[in-house]
Order: sequence, then C-alpha cells, then structure tokens
Amino acid sequence: MNILLREKDIPNIHEYDVYAKNGGFAGYKKALGMKPADVINTVKASGLRGRGGAGFSAGMKWSFIPQTEPVKYVAVNADESEPGTFKDRQIMENNPYQLIEGALICAYAIQAKAVYIYLRGEFWDLGAELDKCIEKAYQEGWLGKNIHKTGWDCDMYTHLGAGAYICGEESALLNSLEGKLGQPRVRPPFPAQKGGGLYGEPTVVNNVETLASVPFILDKGPEEYLKIGTKDSPGTKIFCLCGNIEKPGNYELPLGTTFRELIFDHGGGIPNGKKIKAILPSGASGPIVPATDAVLDTPLTYEDMGKIGTVLGSASIIILDESVDIVWAASKMTKFFHHESCGKCTPCREGTYWLDRVIDRLMAGKGQPNDVDLINNIAKNMVGVTLCALGDFAANPILSTIKHFPEEFKAYAQAQAGIEEKKTASPAARTAKGNEPGTPQGRAGRHSPATSTPAGD
Amino acid sequence: MTLQQKYTERIEKALAKYPDKRSAVMPVLHIAQEEYGWVSPEAIIEVAEICDMDPTQVKSIAGFYTMYSKHPKGKYWLQVCTDLPCALRGADQFYQELLDYLGVEDHGTTTDGLFTAEHVMCLAACDKAPMLQCNFHYQESLNMEKMKSLIEEWRAEAQKK
Repeated sequence: MNILLREKDIPNIHEYDVYAKNGGFAGYKKALGMKPADVINTVKASGLRGRGGAGFSAGMKWSFIPQTEPVKYVAVNADESEPGTFKDRQIMENNPYQLIEGALICAYAIQAKAVYIYLRGEFWDLGAELDKCIEKAYQEGWLGKNIHKTGWDCDMYTHLGAGAYICGEESALLNSLEGKLGQPRVRPPFPAQKGGGLYGEPTVVNNVETLASVPFILDKGPEEYLKIGTKDSPGTKIFCLCGNIEKPGNYELPLGTTFRELIFDHGGGIPNGKKIKAILPSGASGPIVPATDAVLDTPLTYEDMGKIGTVLGSASIIILDESVDIVWAASKMTKFFHHESCGKCTPCREGTYWLDRVIDRLMAGKGQPNDVDLINNIAKNMVGVTLCALGDFAANPILSTIKHFPEEFKAYAQAQAGIEEKKTASPAARTAKGNEPGTPQGRAGRHSPATSTPAGD
Repeated sequence: MTLQQKYTERIEKALAKYPDKRSAVMPVLHIAQEEYGWVSPEAIIEVAEICDMDPTQVKSIAGFYTMYSKHPKGKYWLQVCTDLPCALRGADQFYQELLDYLGVEDHGTTTDGLFTAEHVMCLAACDKAPMLQCNFHYQESLNMEKMKSLIEEWRAEAQKK
C-alpha cells in the first residue's frame, strides 16, 4: 500500500495535473474549511508519529504552538543525512506536491506565516525542481495572500544547507536557517515555544515523510489511517533498505511488518548465498542488533524496537552479512560521527576524536590490552551529556557492537606484537571486499585530526 | 564584475526569502562558490557586504560546512561517498580505483587541473552505491567502466570550452 511512494501506482504523479487529478490537494482543501484547532485534533487522532527518528506524535507537536503568537513558522526537515537514509529524497523527487500539501496543512493548522524547506545542500538539483512546484502552487492559489478566502497568508521557500549532518537536528537546523553555525541550541525554550523557534518565533519542525503522510489523514480521515499498522505505530513507513541486500531501495509498508518479511520477501535476501549477520535498523545512529530468529521476527514498530534494544529511528535499515567485520563497521560509523560532530559539546567533540583514534590503533594491530574497555568507557561518557542526541548517536555504534560482538573486538586487542598474520587470516578479515582491516584502503573514510571537525576549521 | 553586479537577480531573490539579511549567507556563499570555484578571501568579503555581516562571521560559516571549499578545486570536483552503506557495496574499492585511474592521492587534483577526487560522508543514495557527486550533481550505480566513460565525457567537454 503506497500512501507516500504513490509514483509506484500512478505514473508521473510528480506533475501537478496528475497529482491534482488523483486526489491531490483534497486534504488541504478540506483543512481550509475546518478550524485550525480541528485540523490539529484530526492529526492527533490519527496517531501519526514523527518519521524523522524521534517518533513523537505529530499532532501533539503542532498543538504545542501558542496560538496567541502572531508570527509562527513551519520548518520542513529535508536534511536527510543519516547513513542509510534515502527516503525523503525519493518522496520529493517523485511526489513533491504531496510534501507541499502536507506542509501547507501543517502551516494552516498552526496559522504559520511561512514554510521553509531545509534541504541538504547536495539536493541542489532537487531544490530547483521543488522551487518550480512551489511556484505552481502559488499560481494555483494554494499559497500566497488570503488563501481560499480564509484571510490567512502563507509563503513557502526552499533553503539549501551545505553539508552538515548536524543540521538535521531541529535546533541546529533553525540556527543554520538563520545564517548561524549549524549547532544545537540549549532547550528549553523548545522550537514550539516563543524564543525557541525560527527567529525566536514558535516553529513546528517536521520531517518530509511525516508531512507527506498528512494529506491522506485529512482526506480519508484518521480512522482510515489507524486501520494501517499497529495501535501504537499507525500508518505506513518507508523502510530504506541497503547494505548487503539483493534489492536495495525504499519499501513503503505498514508499520508492524517484520524484519524477515522486509529483508527476504521484499528485499530479495542476502546476495551471493551469504547469511545475514547483523542489522542496523536506524542507520549509524541506532544500536546494532544481531540477526537472530527472534530479531528477524520482530515487527518494525516504534514500540517493538525498544524490546530488542534498538530504535526504529528513520528506518534506515543497513544489512550486514556474515563476511562483515563488525569492528570495521564500527570504525566506519565512528569516522562518520567524528567528521560530523559540530564541536559544540566537549563529550561529543573529544569523544568521537578519541574513539576514532583508538579504533584505528586497534585495527592497525597496535592496540593495547585495555583498548576495548577504553573505547567502551569513552562511549559511555558521551551518553546523555550533550545538547543534542548526536553524542548518544556516536556512542551507539561502539556500545552496541561491543555488547553483541565482544569477541571481534578482543581479537583485535590481542592481535598485536607479532600476531599480525593471525589477524589477516581470521574470518573477520574483509578479504571478500578486497579490504583488509587496517590498510589505508579499508579506511578511506579517515580524516586527519586537523581537518576532521567542521568547527575546527 | 562583483557578485552583486553579476548575480543581482539571484541575490535579491535569496535576500527576499528571509526577514533578515544574515539568513541569506548560505545561498549567497553557494553563488560565490559557483562563480569562483571556491570560497576565496575576496569572496568572503563580498558575501559579508551583501549579507550585512562581519567577514569573520562569514568565514566561520564557510568553514563549518563541507560544501564550501576553502581551496581551489579541479574543474570537476568528484566526491565519492565511502560511508558504511556505500562501503558495504564496494565504495572503498571503487574510490581507490578512481584515485589510481586519475593518478592522484586522496583529496588530490590532477596535474591538468581538471579533476579533484575526495571521499565524503553519506549523500543519501545508499541504494545506488557506488556513487559520487560531480560539482553537486549525482552519478549513481557506478562501476569503473562507467566512471571511465564519464571522465572521458568530462574531458571532452572541458576541451570544447
């Protein structure tokens, strides 16, 4: 069932006329005939949860906006940068008007003055296409002054980032929009509150997929949405499937679909007859889980992921097959967070730097006996002590890989002083990919300390 | 000709999006980079004037974001994603082969000044790895064979100009 990836059922839905002919803007039209508060209640009743990662009730988020404030904003989070995530891009490329419609419903519900779509800078071509769609929406009277004679004015703009993962964090996104460094803000005040949002005004920040889900809810009613998925995780979700998988891509399925169905029925299983070893359900930022039968039979919902010690996040599912060296994978993820740490909070800035250094040392066969304890300890000291979730995210690849695959780390820690040969011969070595751990090629992701932290430039 | 003179319309359009001039610093930096190929010290001063900011503030913004280059790059700036999802699909090997083919080191530029090759963080195209962006336009589902013909195309294109 495709509520979001409708191009799979309707060719050319990226064109305005095709979108309009297939129920496009019906939800928005309905909303414009309702009181704004009723629109919020409708979305609340649908149980729609934020698709950017946190899974917070979208309607609830909207209801936090103080209606007494004259200026309010909507910021669309299209900064999609989590390794393994490529769903928002597909929505915007193939069904752009649905995002525009959803964002407008949100804007009407909170009576926003303007909508800013914050696109990651690399979505350069996409931004130009979206600008054309926004222009068309103005021409059709969905945007501008006194929209549909409601007395409400609203504008919509795109804004291109310039390559910073942190700008997907909502308060950093707002700073970046304001022309400041994309670093997170101290909260409270939260974005929904006066003083916490864009230019200090109450602001709703929602992910592309969240907003693109809204037109269906308004058009068909929340009860129809609640029929899909589970009680606590209603609706469909786009699962980004990548890594060692036969058919990588985006799959829109009801929440509650199991890993097994997703990976084997839809994704075609693991290539080259290999076995599945582990799953990263939420890109690099969520804890890894070994692909046991119990895990594979777990329904993909916000509530069930907690039971297996991970998170659904944005459902960027990276599959690792049996040949993958977990320490190498942890190193790759650590390099990512090291590069992307914004440098504001000490535990994250210093922690990612040292994690990267010590893992490199381990993989180069120069580890010290207590290195595994050392990185575990560094990671523990990054959790819950930073302004945004990136500190926790950066700790996850280390804490969860050591928890589930301690023997692979130990093998590296012991592989020093003349045990080099043993290491290259171990099954963990990534000879299948032509990458041996510790060689420069296998660590192409490495940055020198002097250029690694953006803020350090 | 200054940025303000050459790109009057685009700059005005960028400024009109926001309630204050400072917010336009990112779009104007993008324009500067497009014009000069990198964000030079002179460009920083121009952008600062347009956005009513101190050049130091503009420099800190340019330094924070990876897409603003602090050094001149080759005419074709190739950025290969080597993050975990891409690496699981052979991106590290692809990147190494690309470097060897171009005869450059990591982050190096070819002697003719045409190509700069770098590895970058996730570009949200994990299902189509190996992939890269060339001057911020995506090239996906690559292998070295495809890559070689793209490089030839770009070489021919550069010669025409």
